[in-house]
Amino acid sequence: MVYLIALPLFSAGLLLLLGRIADKWGHLLATLVSASTFGIGVAEFFAMHKHTGANRAATQKLFEWISVGNFKVDASLLLDQLSICFVLLITGVGTLIHIYSIAYMDHDKDRRRFFAYLNLFIAAMLLLVLGDSYLNLYVGWEGVGLASYLLIGFWNQNPTYAVAAKKAFIANRVGDVGLSLAIMISFAQFGSVSFEGVKAGAPHASPAALTAIGAMLLLAAAGKSAQFPLQSWLGDAMAGPTPVSALIHAATMVTAGVYLITRSNFIFDASSTARILVVTVGTITLLFGAIVGTAKDDIKKALAASTMSQIGYMILATGLGPVGYAFAIMHLLTHGFFKAGMFLGAGSVMHGMDDEVNMRKYGGLAKFMPITAVTFGLGYLAILGVPPFAGFYSKDKIIETAFNQGGGKGIILGGAALLGAAITAFYMTRVVVLTFAGARRWKDGSHPHESSVLMWGPMVVLAIGSVASGFLLSMGSSLVNWLQPVVNASHATGGEELMKPLVVSILALGVVLLGAGFAITKYRTVPEVAPEKVSIFTKIARKDIYQDVFNDAVLVKPGTTLTAGLVATDHNVIDGAVRLVGWVIAEISDVLRKIQNGYVRTYALTMFAGVLIGAVILWVVTA
Amino acid sequence: MLHNSFHFALTVGRTATPEAVQFWILAPLAVIAALGILVVKKAVHSALLMAWVMVTLAIFYIAEDALFLGIVQIVVYTGAVMMLFLFILMLVGVDSSESFVENLKGQRIPSVLAAIGLGGLMVSLLGRATISAPAVGLKDANSSGNVQGLAKLLFTQYVWAFEVVSALLITAALGAMVLAHSQKIRSPFAQRDLSIARFRKDSMAEAAGLPAPGVYARHNAVDVPALLPDGSPAPTSVSQTLRSRGDIITSSGFALESIEEQED
Amino acid sequence: MDISNYLYLSVILFVIGALGVLIRRNAIVIFMCIELMLNASNLALVTFSRINGNLDGQVASFFTMVVAACEVVVGLAIIVTIYRSRRSASVDDASLLKN
Repeated sequence: MVYLIALPLFSAGLLLLLGRIADKWGHLLATLVSASTFGIGVAEFFAMHKHTGANRAATQKLFEWISVGNFKVDASLLLDQLSICFVLLITGVGTLIHIYSIAYMDHDKDRRRFFAYLNLFIAAMLLLVLGDSYLNLYVGWEGVGLASYLLIGFWNQNPTYAVAAKKAFIANRVGDVGLSLAIMISFAQFGSVSFEGVKAGAPHASPAALTAIGAMLLLAAAGKSAQFPLQSWLGDAMAGPTPVSALIHAATMVTAGVYLITRSNFIFDASSTARILVVTVGTITLLFGAIVGTAKDDIKKALAASTMSQIGYMILATGLGPVGYAFAIMHLLTHGFFKAGMFLGAGSVMHGMDDEVNMRKYGGLAKFMPITAVTFGLGYLAILGVPPFAGFYSKDKIIETAFNQGGGKGIILGGAALLGAAITAFYMTRVVVLTFAGARRWKDGSHPHESSVLMWGPMVVLAIGSVASGFLLSMGSSLVNWLQPVVNASHATGGEELMKPLVVSILALGVVLLGAGFAITKYRTVPEVAPEKVSIFTKIARKDIYQDVFNDAVLVKPGTTLTAGLVATDHNVIDGAVRLVGWVIAEISDVLRKIQNGYVRTYALTMFAGVLIGAVILWVVTA
Repeated sequence: MLHNSFHFALTVGRTATPEAVQFWILAPLAVIAALGILVVKKAVHSALLMAWVMVTLAIFYIAEDALFLGIVQIVVYTGAVMMLFLFILMLVGVDSSESFVENLKGQRIPSVLAAIGLGGLMVSLLGRATISAPAVGLKDANSSGNVQGLAKLLFTQYVWAFEVVSALLITAALGAMVLAHSQKIRSPFAQRDLSIARFRKDSMAEAAGLPAPGVYARHNAVDVPALLPDGSPAPTSVSQTLRSRGDIITSSGFALESIEEQED
Repeated sequence: MDISNYLYLSVILFVIGALGVLIRRNAIVIFMCIELMLNASNLALVTFSRINGNLDGQVASFFTMVVAACEVVVGLAIIVTIYRSRRSASVDDASLLKN
């Protein structure tokens, strides 16, 4: 189990330390290591089948990490039904993207460094999902943050990209503070930071503490998964190379928040307040991302907005109670397939179009990139939730579960999810139409062409996943049953069924068709430059619903002002006090200096007076 | 108490009257001489007054049954140490006198005040310490002779201090030698070097040597400048040392009124 | 006559010596004033010896004289050295430590 983490970590260290020597074979080693972790993951997966139920979970103690008094934390790994899903997703998609990157990064002179970072990411992400305590998870959590930062800023010679990397890092840091606070609170409450210990203590803890932990965990999840209100970094994170966007900012790292909440199900099951917070955040983000997605001309940013929205669905699902966890994970897995596939498709398009990302300069590319168009199209159908593609099984379940919350809450959540599905259909159709259909709008200099097999191979595999994964995962409720020991779905107190699943599916399909149809009619002709005269809603969406303006006004400006004030305070008050002391001493010294006039007789007089005063004091004291 | 004071009167009072007479004559003179040290201009006068104070003190020592110290005071202090002072005075200039204009601001008045304060303090201490303590006298201690008594103490009880002080004395002697020793950093100028130096000067005026004092003058003493052919005195003919000391008769006084006068 | 008169004389001489150290500029005169102070203390010691009826005071006085002799030797050597380099025996001229 430990080799899952050790191998990529070792490979990353080796590639970074060897430097240019490893340029020739670095990418091959990294890909091989990634593939072997996938092999280990598959082997572990089948090994788990030897046991049943809760016995399938396996732990491995690496070493005693912290031992202070009663506080003991071991660096231990926990491989259970939930972890293995992630392990397979991370290593599987990761390996495909490694292969893809060999071709995609072919012309980059720093390809070896890129692969080292990718391996570092794989190692950190695996540690995140395999850690058996919040503290171990935290290490991985920070590790993926680091890898994400390094990869977003991979082309840091471009200042915008470097700024984007910093933005992502800082936004993540806000979430990390939440996670560390959650760890501290749980240690204070339960005296333990391991999942086992917290789970054991959760039923006896006060609701307030549980709500606090839940809120802090949600903050952490929001930071890592680009959820409201920490969502703003994801769009800019598209500055990184496209495989990075596919792996880290679509399939795996950004779903760590979903993992965290699912892993902490015992906290959220025990605190309804925290759960309401979760569904609120999820719902806001799924609509937010969807709306932002409708106005993006940058293909990667449109997909990023879509990612945000889809993770919003997952967060919403985790907030829906024990039944929701499995659907969240299922959507996570299917999303991992179709979104990674679409990102790779976007990368393939960019590769063929000289790194042009503006969809308004695409058009009619299906002819030139048939494989890309087909794989992208399959992913498109999957995200729309068209049966029998993957999204149908996962997203419809989430919508259905949302409606089944019952009462006004159910209608609001279900309605929002349904609305999100409609908007998703609109903007995804827009992406497909702008890119692959319609008349060509690119300049004559471009020569769009299909990418090499190293690139379309992974895309095909992911497209197959987009088609089949939903069916396989939901067949006979296989994933739900598989995860049951972890998330305790059996205790689910399912609400009354508001609508039959079939009705929900038909409704969903209906709104999807509506959205898609609207997009097709709207984008029959596409101007090459985004029109200026648009409705107020489009303007707001183009501005990312003023997320950056808001952050700037509410956080950055006051922060800058505060810092400037602190600097001024430091300069004038603190330093001023110090300087004042120095000045006073200098002035006193200047006066006292005159006493040191160099004349022996003056010194003699001073000494004489001193002796006299001393003698007088003695005289007085002894009198 | 009564017995004690009677005993005191017997032992001390015996010599009380002659001693008191001596004291009241010599003590004011010593104080006047000491004050004189402060106010005389020339250091050599200070030294003489100092010698007077020391002799007075020697007499007081003898009067106080400290015969050995009295002799030592005269021989060592008034003899050796004061002679040393005089030697040094002669070395640095016997006549050098000092201006009494105090050039340090806030030195003289605070000094006087501090000195008066110290005196008052010590007097008050004396008043505190000796009022009820009648003197024992040294009759018993000096029974086998003052020198013998001192020697007995010096070579028994104070032998360690004695040895240390002797080491100090030797160290002081060595130190004085080291301080007084001046290292020669160049060979002294021989006649040859001086001759070469004269010829290397900017002007050849002194190449033949400076004029000797008294040449063509009315007197041939060393402090009388030589006369130049035009009758004017040549200041360079008088020794540099005499010139800088000021022991020189003004050259212009020796100028001839006219050359003709000499032809007489 | 009260024996403590010797002590008062000693005090007067000591104070005069101290004052001399403070107000005279000639190093040699200052030195003589220091000697005056030492002599004054010697007088006090001899008188104490007489009051207490033992010779310890006289021994101390003797040591004082020896130490004073040492001091004079070294001090005068220093004066000569200073005079040799500065052509002056005034303590105010040796004031290069100022500023």
